[in-house]
Amino acid sequence: MRRTVGAVLRKELRLELRAPQAVPAMALFSVTTLVVFHFALQRGQVDGDLAAGVLWVTLLFAAMLGTSRLFVADHEEGGLDGFLLAPVDRTALLVAKALALLGFLAAFEVVAVPAFGLLLLGPTPDAGAVASLVVVLLLADAGIAVVGTLVSALAVQTRSRDLLVPLLALPLLIPVVIAAAKATTPLFLAGGAEALPGRWLAILGLYDLVFGLLAYAIFDFLLEE
Amino acid sequence: MFGRGLKTLSLLTVVLIVGAFALVFFYAPNDADQGFIQKIFYLHVPLAIVALCGFVAGGIYGIRYLRSGDRQHDLRSYVAIHLSLILAVGALVTGSIWAKASWGVWWTWDEPTLVSFLIVFLLYACYQPLRFSIEDPERQARYAAVFAIVAGAFVPLNFMAVRMAQSLVHPRVLSTTGGSMPGSMRLTFLVSLIGMALLFVTLWKYELASKSATFRLRALKRKLAGDDEVWVPNPRRSAAPTL
Repeated sequence: MRRTVGAVLRKELRLELRAPQAVPAMALFSVTTLVVFHFALQRGQVDGDLAAGVLWVTLLFAAMLGTSRLFVADHEEGGLDGFLLAPVDRTALLVAKALALLGFLAAFEVVAVPAFGLLLLGPTPDAGAVASLVVVLLLADAGIAVVGTLVSALAVQTRSRDLLVPLLALPLLIPVVIAAAKATTPLFLAGGAEALPGRWLAILGLYDLVFGLLAYAIFDFLLEE
Repeated sequence: MFGRGLKTLSLLTVVLIVGAFALVFFYAPNDADQGFIQKIFYLHVPLAIVALCGFVAGGIYGIRYLRSGDRQHDLRSYVAIHLSLILAVGALVTGSIWAKASWGVWWTWDEPTLVSFLIVFLLYACYQPLRFSIEDPERQARYAAVFAIVAGAFVPLNFMAVRMAQSLVHPRVLSTTGGSMPGSMRLTFLVSLIGMALLFVTLWKYELASKSATFRLRALKRKLAGDDEVWVPNPRRSAAPTL
């Protein structure tokens, strides 16, 4: 299992490194969205709950781009058939794809979050706030990666996959948005960052756990031929 | 053969629904604050509860389909979700009317139950498009089952997250637990709830019986006249599973 996951994950990362597709698209999209927010909100700076909202809408919509492409190459070039022929555990594909998506999300956020800080965020966060933000980002990304992989695997076999991925994934990810926005709001307050509310981290963790287990139990059925 | 027990069930449903409405109009007292409009509660809340239970039931039949591969379970899951969607529209509309009458607005983001219900509805609204966009019937059934299970598990989690997002001091005036309801109201509510649940089950069974009978009839015709003679093109495009 671990060797299979490693092999598929290496293949995903090598593909993305040789012909970058998902990460640059997501990074560019997120920066463009921030510019759109600047004009749509008619504000030079945001703080508090508005800042958290802008950040999470941007990250979530950008993540949809990478999610909908996750299985497309494998589906079109026969990679899925090849994987199904190999005598390996099929759940390995879920784990590898989710880890790859997590990696892509983390990579584009390295661009998107500093861009948000430079372009729109009013108060400058201190080191503690940045560390807390990284924790929230990681927990939320794990949830987005799991649900995104599941939805992407579901949608890739349908005729209208690019339509279905955001339609299915966004309602499923609303608890993540609620918890992540609530958790990051105290970090962006104009009067200085406050402590991270633990309750919302627990909700994010619970969401990751529930959907992780669910995806683990159900993923086999999405690959059967 | 297909509609066993449907007659008794239908009669029971009619009696209970009529009884529930009689209780609503003649027995239950008018609410002290809201007056007559509060009686929409006896329609709105059962609609919402039965719709949510129907969604979860669709997920349970999804699990059974994946375990057994029996297309009957897929049909059951489909009909349950389809009916629940219709009830959910009813719940949203009646809820909106009630909100307008008692709070003065058509929609409010303060009531967690309302918001989470809308999210669940939006998610399930994708169920039929998903089925439509998969042509292979076997794969369609499998993917629809996976969707039904994921969404069924999402229902309680979503309710928890949305409820926690509201400040805990927000007064839950319209609590559905019946904690502060007087006995006559609670009785009326319970009868309405059971009546609505029975209505759901009756409609579900009718739809299943009708669909199964159609498929059986087609299979028999094919046996008599040969496969090519009775190919019935679907007059209306439908995402419903075929057996």
